[in-house]
Amino acid sequence: MLSINGLHVSIQDEKQQAKTILRGLSLHIKPGEVHTIMGPNGSGKSTLANVLAGRTEYQVHGGHVEFNGEDLLALTPEERAARGLFLAFQYPVEIPGVNNMYFLRTALNGVRKQRGLSPLDAADFLTLVKAKAQEVGLNEAFLQRAVNEGFSGGEKKRNEILQMLLLEPRFVILDETDSGLDIDALQMVAQCVNRHRNAQRSVLVVTHYQRLLDYIVPDVVHVMVNGRILKSGDKSLALELEAKGYGWLEAGEIR
Amino acid sequence: MANNYLKEIVNKSYPYGFVTAIESDALAPGLTEETIHAIWEKKKEPEFMLAWRLQAYRHWLTMTSPQWAHIQYPAIDYQSIIYYSAPRANKEGPKSLEDVDPKLLETYKKLGIPLHEQGRLAGVAVDAVFDSVSVATTFKAKLAEAGVIFCPLSEAVQTHPELVEKYLGSVVPYRDNFFAALNSAVFSDGSFVYIPKGVRCPMELSTYFRINSAKTGQFERTLIIADEGSYVSYLEGCTAPMRDENQLHAAVVELVALDNAQIKYSTVQNWYPGDENGRGGIFNFVTKRGACRGVKSKISWTQIETGSAITWKYPSVILQGDDSVGEFYSVALTHHHQQADTGTKMLHIGKNTRSTIISKGISAGHGQNTYRGMVRMLPTAANARNFTQCDSLLLSATCGAHTFPFVEAKNPTAHVEHEASTSKIGEDQLFYCRQRGLSQEDAVSMIVNGFCKQVFKELPMEFAVEAQKLLEVSLEGSVG
Ligand SMILES: Nc1ncnc2c1ncn2[C@@H]1O[C@H](COP(=O)(O)OP(=O)(O)OP(=O)(O)O)[C@@H](O)[C@H]1O
Ligand SMILES: [Mg+2]
Repeated sequence: MLSINGLHVSIQDEKQQAKTILRGLSLHIKPGEVHTIMGPNGSGKSTLANVLAGRTEYQVHGGHVEFNGEDLLALTPEERAARGLFLAFQYPVEIPGVNNMYFLRTALNGVRKQRGLSPLDAADFLTLVKAKAQEVGLNEAFLQRAVNEGFSGGEKKRNEILQMLLLEPRFVILDETDSGLDIDALQMVAQCVNRHRNAQRSVLVVTHYQRLLDYIVPDVVHVMVNGRILKSGDKSLALELEAKGYGWLEAGEIR
Repeated sequence: MANNYLKEIVNKSYPYGFVTAIESDALAPGLTEETIHAIWEKKKEPEFMLAWRLQAYRHWLTMTSPQWAHIQYPAIDYQSIIYYSAPRANKEGPKSLEDVDPKLLETYKKLGIPLHEQGRLAGVAVDAVFDSVSVATTFKAKLAEAGVIFCPLSEAVQTHPELVEKYLGSVVPYRDNFFAALNSAVFSDGSFVYIPKGVRCPMELSTYFRINSAKTGQFERTLIIADEGSYVSYLEGCTAPMRDENQLHAAVVELVALDNAQIKYSTVQNWYPGDENGRGGIFNFVTKRGACRGVKSKISWTQIETGSAITWKYPSVILQGDDSVGEFYSVALTHHHQQADTGTKMLHIGKNTRSTIISKGISAGHGQNTYRGMVRMLPTAANARNFTQCDSLLLSATCGAHTFPFVEAKNPTAHVEHEASTSKIGEDQLFYCRQRGLSQEDAVSMIVNGFCKQVFKELPMEFAVEAQKLLEVSLEGSVG
């Protein structure tokens, strides 16, 4: 599904100085697998998610990313979306004046077109979106509001998952989708993700808390420190991190 | 940065830039008292009009063009302009659609204007002004039945001189400003509307202005009178061919609302904006003002300004009647080297008068967009209320947005509220949309449309769709 080899990424900060974030990161995810990335604040997790989704502010200096046999980094963000890459953002943006329902329908019909399917008409879409909204526990009123505008933190995250359910992507990146969710919402979202999973679909979960992994059980857990994967293991690694923190790993990193 | 592809996206092409090869009957360029005599004669106007035009002209000679706006342009040579140009007609003038030159009808068809009564926007009565004269007014019969007068101003001068004499220049006197004085002296046509007492105009009224001939200035004048308890919704649209030289458009619009009357005036202004290097384009210096003379009267201006090299206009309302209401909803888009200095004046005189101002400025390329507003509450305006909101959206690093709100409250019970924001089109918003599969172009147009939503919803239904499309075209580029 996804194969990242030796990825080096930097960004220009406000002083136009290049700041290196990812330093030779490699990661391989097979169809049907769930991987988790944990790591200290600022280690580069969101950067990785954004680079995979095609954000252009980041400069890729080296490395290669293959997505289902294609050179992912050569594609525009919308091409990546059409090929089934979906990013649930850590901080979903508000788009004032744009009706949420209209936005969702435009996105879905855009993706359907790319997949050679006919667009859904307003009535069919309404039925579909109402059902999905219920699945993530979003009241129908949210469909009539502007995209994310005035949504609470948790409501924004649910809206992200609603989009995932509608667009049915093959590869989902959840960037701290669990932060901001209440206990019930956490379970609800986890169930949505689990129902979405199948042998062809993969998920990359970025989280700080092992709690989420009780519901979405990962095949592999990676620890990212300072722009690279320091350690990988099974789900017991997450428990170990929860108990010990990152210090013991980082100590070995310092040279 | 979003700048690179936004630059491409806003590189729109102007679809209305064609010229119609049509013979025209035009005066030689230049402006003297003889020019005014000639126009007056051509229009066969009553005596009082000549006196008024000459007074305006003589006053104009004493004035200089205003310098306070945030716009830059070369000095205009008023002697090189043609002040009157009409498509040459076989007879005296078209009496009905059948008499209109088919080439003209073809032009309007290209512009998508429903001159024929079975046209696309059936249900809208249209008065079309080509260069200096009005060529056809549709739906005359149906309107006459309701007692509504909707005709070219040049016709009203002859058929209803008492109304014209009473109201022309009563809201915008020729002394008002340089361009209003010039317009009063040389205006050649425009639309006239009178809605009788208690009548709700049975359809939207609409005027389309078109500048076709080279070196021609367009100086049209519109006068709308809504008598007691009446209602009218009026829409104005404008286009012009692409030319390298600048052309002047200096219109005047006067609205009068008597007791309990309502006028809703919507504009979609898409004059040729000039090319991407700022060559050519229309200089649009327009004076629009409404007078809420009667109690509980209401005047509402909605404008979508996407065209012109320079836009200088401040549709205003004089809130004289107690409990009268003034509204101004505006979207102004400037790109390439366009400059817009636009806004409104709300003058509160009567008690409990209320005004609302919503202004949305969008700047792209090297476009400069200025909101200039004035809210004045006179000592008589007890309990007057104003709410102003002006938002600017920047689509590039090279464009500019400026706001000059001016407030003066001379009554202690008056209340003024002001909100303003300036934001760059969010890189985050664009990326979010594209991550969900929308193209750059669709993402930009969706975000911009969302930004303008508050204003679009004020437009009559049919035209809200048009406006949205126009904005899309204006932001269209070579992407994809
Ligand atoms: N646009 C940017 N401009 C400047 N610095 C940036 C930018 N984006 C990321 N960085 C920096 O890169 C580093 C990695 O950021 P990133 O958001 O990828 O971390 P993270 O692992 O997701 O952290 P968290 O757990 O707090 O979400 C941080 O030091 C951050 O400040
Ligand atoms: Mg992060």
